[in-house]
Amino acid sequence: MLSEFRLPALGADMDDGTILEWHIVPGASVKRGDVVAVVETDKGAIDVEIFMDGIVREIVVAPGTRIPVGTVVALIETEDAAAAPVATLAGESGGEGLTPAAAPAPAEEGRREGGSTAAPSDRLKISPAARRRARALDVDVAALHGTGPGGAITVEDVEQARAAPKPSPTPPPPPPPAGAGEGGGMRDAIAAAMSRSKREIPHYYLSTTVDVTATTEWLTAHNAAVPVTQRLLFAALLVKSIALACRELPGFSGFHREGRYEDSPAVHVGVAVALRGGGLVAPAIMDTADKPLTTLMDDFRALVTRARAGRLRASELAAPTIILTSLGEASVDAVFPIIQPPQVAIVGAGAIAERPWVVDGKVVPRQLLTLSLGADHRVTDGRLGAQFLARIAARLLEPASL
Amino acid sequence: MNREELARRILELVTEIAPDVDAATVIPGIDFRDQFDFDSMDTLNFAIALHRELGVEVPEADYAKLASLDKCVGYLSPRLN
Repeated sequence: MLSEFRLPALGADMDDGTILEWHIVPGASVKRGDVVAVVETDKGAIDVEIFMDGIVREIVVAPGTRIPVGTVVALIETEDAAAAPVATLAGESGGEGLTPAAAPAPAEEGRREGGSTAAPSDRLKISPAARRRARALDVDVAALHGTGPGGAITVEDVEQARAAPKPSPTPPPPPPPAGAGEGGGMRDAIAAAMSRSKREIPHYYLSTTVDVTATTEWLTAHNAAVPVTQRLLFAALLVKSIALACRELPGFSGFHREGRYEDSPAVHVGVAVALRGGGLVAPAIMDTADKPLTTLMDDFRALVTRARAGRLRASELAAPTIILTSLGEASVDAVFPIIQPPQVAIVGAGAIAERPWVVDGKVVPRQLLTLSLGADHRVTDGRLGAQFLARIAARLLEPASL
Repeated sequence: MNREELARRILELVTEIAPDVDAATVIPGIDFRDQFDFDSMDTLNFAIALHRELGVEVPEADYAKLASLDKCVGYLSPRLN
């Protein structure tokens, strides 16, 4: 049967995208999880995977076209009816991202890790800043020769190409998309998602201060004993603790859609990553609860690097079932986090700092961390939220068992 | 590798682990943290890259000695020669 492959939504805050490149041609065969296209969005250039097996019959949308989420971009000949439900991927009018049925699927397959790295390797090396500049200046980056590290195209390369006389007269460049400046489009997207969150979700907030002295000591000793490639960050311990707490207590890791909440069978903890040009993305570390710490840390590192390079995969942006936002590096004591719909909870972490604390009736200096929770009253109450935070803290205090 | 070559190599590694940093704008005497919001993740990635590319294993306790391009050159030079 012929199935429609539509432009997926990449979270609650994406309305449209521009196909930059296709990695497939008519006649090519595709497998679930293959990266088939690169789409420019407010969150950078995203690798979009396909969620069906079959043969490409037709590429419907040409590169360079800006299209709304849900637009049919390619037609795929699939072999059986089993692929039919996923063909409606993100076809929901709300643009709420992948359906629970579709989202966890790619991560269940181990081959995804290795398989999907092949396609992006031949991608143009260009920084997100240079890509934005190229768009603003109407410069064709594919024709440029990069002078940056590893042949990467830099902002300077783009500007020089613009300065050089063009071989033929070109029409005046179209006005740049709204907010094309540094983080502009992304700022609009964040504003839209957070406004919706504050409008629709009755938040409640809780916080608890945890004495993490023993955990930081364990971490220092661990990192001194292992090779540099196996060193861990505190945030990795936190991510794993959250994932395990989600397994123990329902109501925090899942999606609220069309008036109803459902826990997600798989726990994918998203990590909020601040981008240097401004803005924020929160891609998921897939199947967080099942990963040993070193694997989790490897994935976490790769994810942050790709987020900052603007090379995330669509599934990673749509998958988070809960998010961690850690502002420890910004030296704040605590975060009062806003939920990203359709999720129903978000955990915040402030800076770990040495402060006075009472232990056995004496005031002593300890390493303290304030954890916070923003959660959805449509699903849980403060009492359950308190238990959830307590379970995260309990896990965090047993780092060797993570 | 002389100091100039080393500085160039370090810069390559910085832009590799932080692809959103423009190498041309790096000021050697100013901490990466102050210039580019380098965080603990960047520092860890940098330490791993130094180990992989230059064969130098930097203990966590010495991370502060890698804070800027100048400091990196000063710290790594004697360890490479």
